[in-house]
Amino acid sequence: MLFVRYQKAKPSNKQQLKTKKDMDRRKYLKTLAVGSLGATTLLNQSCETPKDKPTVPTFTIDRTPAELVREEKLLSETFFDDHEMKTIRILVDIIIPKDDVSGSASDAKVPEFIEFIVKDMPRHQTPLRGGLKWLDVQCMKRFNADFASCTDAQQIEVIDEIAFPQKAKPEMQQGVAFFNLLRDLTACGFFTSEIGINDLGYQGNRPNQWDGVPQEVLDQYGLKYDERTLTESVKFDS
Amino acid sequence: MPDFQIKKTPKDYDVCIVGSGAGGGMAAYVLANAGVKVVLLEAGPLYDPAKNVTQLKWPWESPRRGASTPYRHFGDFDAAYGGWELEGEPYTRKNGTQFDWFRSRMVGGRTNHWGRISLRFGPNDFKRKSIDGLGDDWPIGYEDVSPYYDKIDQLIGIFGSKEGIYNEPDGIFLPPPKPRLHELYIQQAGKQLNIPVIPSRLSILTKPINKDRGACFYCAQCNRGCTVYGDFSSSSVLVKPALNTGNVDVIPNAMAREVITNAEGIATGVSFVNKDDKQEYTVNAKVVVLAASACESARLLLNSKSSHSPNGLANSSGVVGKYLHDSTGTDMGGILPHLVGRKRYNEDGVGGMHVYSPWWLDNKKLEFPRGYHIEYYGGMGMPGYGFGFGMQGTNSQYAGRDGQKRGGGYGAALKDDYRYFYGATFGMSGRGEAIAREDNYCEIDPTVVDKFGIPVLRFHYQWSDYEIKQAKHMKETFAEIIDTMGGVVTWGKSTAEENYGLAAPGRIIHEVGTTRMGNDPKKSVVNKNNQAHDCKNLFVVDGGPFVSQADKNPTWTILALSMRASEYIIDELKKQNI
Repeated sequence: MLFVRYQKAKPSNKQQLKTKKDMDRRKYLKTLAVGSLGATTLLNQSCETPKDKPTVPTFTIDRTPAELVREEKLLSETFFDDHEMKTIRILVDIIIPKDDVSGSASDAKVPEFIEFIVKDMPRHQTPLRGGLKWLDVQCMKRFNADFASCTDAQQIEVIDEIAFPQKAKPEMQQGVAFFNLLRDLTACGFFTSEIGINDLGYQGNRPNQWDGVPQEVLDQYGLKYDERTLTESVKFDS
Repeated sequence: MPDFQIKKTPKDYDVCIVGSGAGGGMAAYVLANAGVKVVLLEAGPLYDPAKNVTQLKWPWESPRRGASTPYRHFGDFDAAYGGWELEGEPYTRKNGTQFDWFRSRMVGGRTNHWGRISLRFGPNDFKRKSIDGLGDDWPIGYEDVSPYYDKIDQLIGIFGSKEGIYNEPDGIFLPPPKPRLHELYIQQAGKQLNIPVIPSRLSILTKPINKDRGACFYCAQCNRGCTVYGDFSSSSVLVKPALNTGNVDVIPNAMAREVITNAEGIATGVSFVNKDDKQEYTVNAKVVVLAASACESARLLLNSKSSHSPNGLANSSGVVGKYLHDSTGTDMGGILPHLVGRKRYNEDGVGGMHVYSPWWLDNKKLEFPRGYHIEYYGGMGMPGYGFGFGMQGTNSQYAGRDGQKRGGGYGAALKDDYRYFYGATFGMSGRGEAIAREDNYCEIDPTVVDKFGIPVLRFHYQWSDYEIKQAKHMKETFAEIIDTMGGVVTWGKSTAEENYGLAAPGRIIHEVGTTRMGNDPKKSVVNKNNQAHDCKNLFVVDGGPFVSQADKNPTWTILALSMRASEYIIDELKKQNI
């Protein structure tokens, strides 16, 4: 069973206090959601073990009541089936594998991100679902196996034909379009994860004093600030 | 008792203000500090960036990594609730024309997320008809507004540099931040091309100005709202201190329906629907101040019909809704090949650009009558939704660290391409002045109402050849700047068939002009004090009264005119004229 879970910032004491209130509000919203989804949902839920229920994350960012209702709804839905998710998991790790610097796309929970984003942005649903099917049919024709059941070498053979848009044959263009979209979502999901941000070396998102480009960087590019800029720009005590 | 009844709020007020953005917030601030009893109606919820926090959050704290949603069109971390479409609150368009209307219903309105670009209009900007014969002159000049710009600079705080450019008046500035790496390259290119690239002028505190607000700590996230109030938003800088006077009651989630008038056509208050309890209310006041945004205030006037004002309140001229105009906008971006594989350091600056280009040419020598300014962006920003999209377009043109032009790809080599090209991309946007024309307008759609039963706006708007030629010039200039920087254009090239990428009207969110000011009651809605010609105790203090939008952003002028009008209201109340 799939469920969306994403990393949370460590809550401070103050935030933990707030969490209790948020939990109550979420419980309330959940009641609302169940009411609107109707009896079918309730019946389905009754068959599930508590472990299988989608977890509702604690939002650490500002959410309006209307936003919370929508988040609840999205998180309660499942789009991809087990086979599709298995295939996505293999594909995203082909696109972004573990290397010397950081872990793989699935280490960064990119498959879970993709499952969420297609529910959030339904325009991605058909291109991805259809693309996965297209890939399986290609593999069935060639290797008599779906993509996930192919050997590593067989998988790469097909990927090589759709991963390079300018070199791809005309009959592979649907696969190219699918792989372009999956590459975009994989890279975006990876580099916006904690693993990916650390890999990229982004240094900001913290209180700072911007006092200009570091001297060694200015030197590297042969640049310098003119006298007027140095005189008139903001200066820092420390 | 009937199910439906109209309740009267128990208190009578001196002034009822509709809307709490730049114009409404400033009016509330000035009036409350003078001891005037104010009720402030806001169509959205309360909002305080110190409590409704998205600042300093990481992309993974949003399940969609900050992407746009139906509730926040500028993304999951953006401070603006709302967007181009609001659930149950439609607007329509006429004759196949387009106008996109951005609405942010919340205390502080669109000032919560705006770019903080705080440019004064210059002397020429009030007298464009005298210069090029198009549109109309304002009934006031720079000398009338300048003292208010000065007061606002000091009250709110703005950084910038003294440049002595005639039509880009200097203000009372805090020191600006130093340019970043890509901005140094832009300045170099500007020098070669004779395009001025000067420190930007943003209402962000590079130094503290009082004990209520902290100084900027350079997270580059002004659009998320600031927890220390280090930038200007009406919610934290105007409404909050106004509330502290004890003279203001805010009614949130109050959607104004009509301005109520008596038999003599004098405003007596405002009727509204409370979104929380769905009940109908009226509130009485001696003076009504509209600041609901240019189009929303026009809508309110047009919907306030009576036997005295059959065409809508303050609309004997028929001008309400007309002369609607937004800034023009086009964008282009590229890659600086010499910045690939950059050394990493914290490059987050203030929220937005550190340098910009004010308009620098003489329109008499050009094919279009009005100018534009250029905004710049780039550098090693925080990744969000969309990061890395379209890599096949970049790594087909440029080799990665391994010397290979992959053209898409996968695997460890592709993974390294994202690192390698990070921070080497940049872009620029032109924001120009459009001509205000009578046939660009909003009016009441005769057949459509919103979920509150309020008749909605219908827009009619077309760009003219002037704006299209200006857009062409923008694109040519951008390409020239990018080329001179040693960069290559990767996006934003467009053709004549696409109007050179000219953004649809409304998209720049600088719409003004719908209740324009003037001395002639037959040709304008309000007088030079933002007071309705037809109704002496009714004022409009949003972007509606603008006669012409300059090649500047409107907020600083909305604030200045609202302060000026508010002082006039205080004076008139004292004299018992209203």
